[in-house]
Amino acid sequence: MLKQYSFEKTAVQTFDDSVSLALKTDNLQVFYGANHAMHDANLEFPKNQITALIGASGSGKSTYLRSLNRMNDGIATVTGKIWYHGVDINEPDVNIYEIRRHIGMVFQRPNPFAKSIRENIVYALKANGIKGKDELASRVEKSLKGAALWDEVKDNLEKSALSLSGGQQQRLCIARSIAMEPDVLLLDEPCSALDPISTVKVEETLLELQKKYSIIIVTHNMQQASRVSSQCAFFHLGHVMEYTPTATMFSNPQIPVTQDYIAGSFG
Amino acid sequence: MNAKRKDFVATVMINLIVAAVVGILVFLLTYILVAGLPHVSWTFLTGTTDAFSGAGGIGVQLFNSFYLLVLTMLISIPISLGAGIYLAEYAKDNWRTSLIRSAIEVLSSLPSVVVGLFGFLLFVVKFKIGFSVISGAIALTFFNLPLLTRNIEESLSAVSSSQREAGLSLGLSKWKTEIGIILPVALPGIVTGVVLSAGRVFGEAAALIYTAGQSAPVTNFADWNPMNADSPLNPLRPAETLAVHIWKINTEGLATNAAALSAAASAVLIIAVLLFNLSARLLGNYLYRRVTASK
Amino acid sequence: MEQTNFQLKKQDAQSNEWSARLHHATRATREDWMGRGISYLCIGVIILVVASMLWFITSKGLATFTQNHVNVWQFLTGTNWSPDTGHIGAAPMIVGSFAVTFAAAIVATPFAVGTAIFMTEISPNKGRKLLQPVIELLVGIPSVVYGFIGLAVVVPFMRHLVGGSGFGIISATFVLFVMVLPTITSMTVDSLRAVPRHYKEASLALGATRWQTVSRVILRSATPGILTAIIFGMARAFGEALAVQMVIGNAAVMPKNLISAASTLTSQLTSGIGDTIDGTLPNNALWSLALILLLMSLFFNALVRVIAKRGQLKHER
Repeated sequence: MLKQYSFEKTAVQTFDDSVSLALKTDNLQVFYGANHAMHDANLEFPKNQITALIGASGSGKSTYLRSLNRMNDGIATVTGKIWYHGVDINEPDVNIYEIRRHIGMVFQRPNPFAKSIRENIVYALKANGIKGKDELASRVEKSLKGAALWDEVKDNLEKSALSLSGGQQQRLCIARSIAMEPDVLLLDEPCSALDPISTVKVEETLLELQKKYSIIIVTHNMQQASRVSSQCAFFHLGHVMEYTPTATMFSNPQIPVTQDYIAGSFG
Repeated sequence: MNAKRKDFVATVMINLIVAAVVGILVFLLTYILVAGLPHVSWTFLTGTTDAFSGAGGIGVQLFNSFYLLVLTMLISIPISLGAGIYLAEYAKDNWRTSLIRSAIEVLSSLPSVVVGLFGFLLFVVKFKIGFSVISGAIALTFFNLPLLTRNIEESLSAVSSSQREAGLSLGLSKWKTEIGIILPVALPGIVTGVVLSAGRVFGEAAALIYTAGQSAPVTNFADWNPMNADSPLNPLRPAETLAVHIWKINTEGLATNAAALSAAASAVLIIAVLLFNLSARLLGNYLYRRVTASK
Repeated sequence: MEQTNFQLKKQDAQSNEWSARLHHATRATREDWMGRGISYLCIGVIILVVASMLWFITSKGLATFTQNHVNVWQFLTGTNWSPDTGHIGAAPMIVGSFAVTFAAAIVATPFAVGTAIFMTEISPNKGRKLLQPVIELLVGIPSVVYGFIGLAVVVPFMRHLVGGSGFGIISATFVLFVMVLPTITSMTVDSLRAVPRHYKEASLALGATRWQTVSRVILRSATPGILTAIIFGMARAFGEALAVQMVIGNAAVMPKNLISAASTLTSQLTSGIGDTIDGTLPNNALWSLALILLLMSLFFNALVRVIAKRGQLKHER
């Protein structure tokens, strides 16, 4: 039987003016019909850092993440504000396609298109009006290098993406996202379908990428969170319980529910 | 003991039934090919029909069948593609959608003779276009739309939703995602369905008797301008198809060798339909291998 | 309120620029409008076709009763069909249609169910490799070819066997039997496959023979699906026009037996509609036959839905 914890007692950090933020949510709530899946999430994400969202399955972390670039549109009702460059992007009149160009996303299971490796990357670029052979070629190279995949595939760019291994496919998906040159990268348990070696590669890639991008990563793997993230938010049953620097979270959790989770009592 | 005996008897019965079913098909195909093929010759395939008796070759009818098929597909594929995308992507799960689905189901279960009569009423009686290629093609479209729409919707829906998410997360519009990402993956299933429906359309007669008509005026195969009255491409001329021709010589024909003629025409029709079925399978498999990059 | 400096920054110029960028319509927005437009238009075309088909055939079919003031009851039960003299009793065709439909379904069902059991329970391998193509080919053969073979083989055969012309309900039944066989078989196969595996395993584990398992467990739990399959087969038989018209003899008289020339709604329509003049009683009477066809098709459709709903309830319980 799961222990009952008070949702009143939370420890959520905020940042002062000196820290520039990539994203911030005010009272974000998510409903699937009558099911209240996310309660009042108030989180601030600093620029050029990796923030990890952790918690047991069903804690609402993926639901929260998918709301940030409006992938929940048509699936769930999301209320509250999502601030991005001073604009509330949760408003209905915002151009969601433009948001998703700036806030990219990588999913749990690698989902490359059934096209060649090159086409996987250039397809969305072309659809957004980026033309010119040289421009496209340099974007392909840059993004594949960014995702640490270039050396493995540079001689086989016309090969089908589906012929790559799972880890390579996931890095291709990362490359595909960063080729759009987004600001923010959202990753939804990107390593859960990968073997340990591929996982290490993806993690190294992320650490490299944070120099250019602000990254928010959902993970159920606490070691992963401690390896890659600077900030860490703990979700429990649709509530944000604790949000602290990662080091603090794992060495000195502030409230009982986090302490129990970190100690492995549930989840 | 009794139960075992019953089991044995039942198994024997079922085997006999299966043998009978296979036997029926073998008989049908053998009969048509044996009775028909000896009468199939190049002159038969390209020759013209005697308008009074119905005797003679089937050249014009064969051309009409293919021409109607192409026109029907040209009209029905885009419409059912749009409708299939609507159902797979835009339709919400509500009463309006279930009403639309019911309407499509009703259309697909209407007897083809009713569809043909509606075409007759609309094009021949009301619009006074007369028995014509275009009336026939639209009637066949009515008959073809529901099946093709359902096939396309099923093929699109069968594509993993993670592909949709991938497209949308890159800032692609729903439409672009559906056309550029989902459609290529769904193509093997769609192509198989389209070619199978082509076989059905090719053999359909009841919807055509009163729309495309029962006469095959000799056309001038040197004139490919659709505007000219004699041109085979003229969409306003009456166009008896091969299937209608078979019906016609059997019910109203005066040819002395009607049986041989219709056996030969049936053999040609059957072979065409078999080719459609076979190519549907081969083409589907080929595209599937290409899309999934498996060798 | 805790909306501090970050919120205030919203006012500055940079933020205005971002606001413009994120609100302004892009290529993707326009594509989406276009895509929505195209797909709504296409589905609209289909709805329009269905609606106008229902409307036109209904209004034409009712003209017999509203303009020519024929009594509906007399139309349905009258046995004298000679529209030229003003007698329009449609009973011969109605009886003919129902007779061939039921007869074909009754003959086809054991064959279809037997084949389906073979394909799912006895030899799934042969079922897939041999019978699946057989079924697909039977579906693929055009109805005029069935009609032709009926005319060339079944009719002479019946003539030798029982005398008379050979045309009639029994010949039509034979032809329709083969035509509905693949429809009923493939749908029965689907419903047998949908029976949960553990039903079968439990029964076999209790020592039941294969036939006991099939007849008491599998067929019973697949009954709604098999009924649906039979109704689909009947709908196909009821609506089939040319193959029937070629072998039934087309005499618009009450069938006295199974081997005398008769007619069905579809056969009468096919032979008659070209010879009548639009707006006259003989023409309107034919449209009334078409209306019966339409209503029966809707009825079969509704019946399938009812069975599907019942079946669902049973499973949920």
